[in-house]
Amino acid sequence: MKPFHYERSSDISSACAVAARPASKFIAGGTNLIDLMKLEIETPANLVDINALPLGGIEETSEHGLRIGALVTNSALAADMKVRLKYPLLSQAILAGASGQLRNKATTGGNLLQRTRCPYFYDTTKPCNKRQPGSGCAALEGLNRMNAVLGVRDNCIAAHPSDMAVAMTALDARIETLAADGATRTIPIDGLYRAPGDTPNIETVLQPGELIKSVVLPPPPPGRQIYRKVRDRASYAFALVSVAAIVAHDKNHVQDARVAFGGISYKPWRSAEAESTLSGASLTRLSYDAAGTAALKNARGYGHNNFKIPLARRTLRAALTEVTGTI
Amino acid sequence: MNKSSDRPLGVTRRRVLEVGTVASALSFVGDSRLVQADTLSAAEASLNLVTVGLQINGRGHTLTLDPRTTLLDALREHLGLTGTKKGCDQGQCGACTVIVNGQRINSCLTLAVMHAGDELSTIEGLANDDGLHPMQAAFVRRDALQCGYCTPGQICSAIAVLTEHKAGWPSYATADVASEPVLTDAEIRERMSGNICRCSAYPNIVAAIRDVVEGDRT
Repeated sequence: MKPFHYERSSDISSACAVAARPASKFIAGGTNLIDLMKLEIETPANLVDINALPLGGIEETSEHGLRIGALVTNSALAADMKVRLKYPLLSQAILAGASGQLRNKATTGGNLLQRTRCPYFYDTTKPCNKRQPGSGCAALEGLNRMNAVLGVRDNCIAAHPSDMAVAMTALDARIETLAADGATRTIPIDGLYRAPGDTPNIETVLQPGELIKSVVLPPPPPGRQIYRKVRDRASYAFALVSVAAIVAHDKNHVQDARVAFGGISYKPWRSAEAESTLSGASLTRLSYDAAGTAALKNARGYGHNNFKIPLARRTLRAALTEVTGTI
Repeated sequence: MNKSSDRPLGVTRRRVLEVGTVASALSFVGDSRLVQADTLSAAEASLNLVTVGLQINGRGHTLTLDPRTTLLDALREHLGLTGTKKGCDQGQCGACTVIVNGQRINSCLTLAVMHAGDELSTIEGLANDDGLHPMQAAFVRRDALQCGYCTPGQICSAIAVLTEHKAGWPSYATADVASEPVLTDAEIRERMSGNICRCSAYPNIVAAIRDVVEGDRT
């Protein structure tokens, strides 16, 4: 690990000012950052510990949604009864990720900003445009079965690893931030992540020193919620594919549907195509398959991950079948 | 459950706060220690030490550490508490599990300096004058190990699983997350999935935990 100066911050605005300096990083749970620092993939010279900042708590908003402090741990968020009753897919998604130990440390803000688990991002003997822009992408011709099939180009096919963020994307979460100059802004979660483009090393629209303060969930949309995850092991494994779905329906037809996928893109992938296909569709396997076909129509496999395209369609079908209680 | 949590602090919270206040006063306005360049020089790095008060198994310790020191290395290499094991050192195996403020964490993925004022329990702190902790006794009785390397982490994790369950926390194995979960074997297995046993003693580990759960019920 490269040496760094450690600061435990007790004031939000000075934390942002310090973190805006070159080679500075916020640290909260540290479960991903410290791992990357050990490998010298992350090499901050200043580490700003934000754990003492007043960014905890889960409270109801005036619109009857929830405001989740950035430092709320994944465990606390998944166990919160307001979340379990009104946003069960968020609890399910968080509990589908990592282990009990990691969820006790991992925070809401940090989970959103965790880095990809693409093996070539971690393997410093291999080229990686995300780690070293311009060096190439070893995953393209490599063991890429965990990599993305949608929304990526040949310079980086890394997948975003979060489960929590997939549920939050289906819920239209908003990210509230504070910048180093004191400015605050609200970013829709779908606008948080940057497409890899020519700078896959820059993963979000956050500026240096900009701190996630909280995540706001609007009131839950009508309908039943589900998070379905497919992975190599029964527990403690990253998603091959996951689906967050919220579906309102009458006896025969879908009234309103929200669909987000995990494991298939550089960000949690909200599928407007699946949603519009489902709107008004009958509660049949045919409709669910049509939604899957629409969602994956622009997908492209890179060899080892070709299976994700049919797997994503089938996972969507299974999730929709279960959430609507149809066959 | 966590017996050390009832004990008075050896290093007072005030002392820790005082240290913290001095540190933060130095930290920000016009602090010359803050790095302006992208890296620290070797000379800067060697002078870059921090003092941290740690509360471990009811005893206070003050350590002067390189801030890179993980909590795991502080325990093993600086305090001689080698009961906590280093397996993968990247949060995948759970051998380094310790209990911090009543919650289990991977001590390999956190910095010691981040735990000033926290109450830590390690495997060394579980037994008391009356004998083994019930979870330790259950592991012995059920032969819930082979080589034993993962066992301290398994036991710390299992104790925290019971705390989490008593607090009503759901798991991925809980069919309805809004319900009160019941600690079935499937629930125990899911909740313990962050602790790997290379000898695959899982059936007996689950049995040992189940024994303690059932003992708590009676």
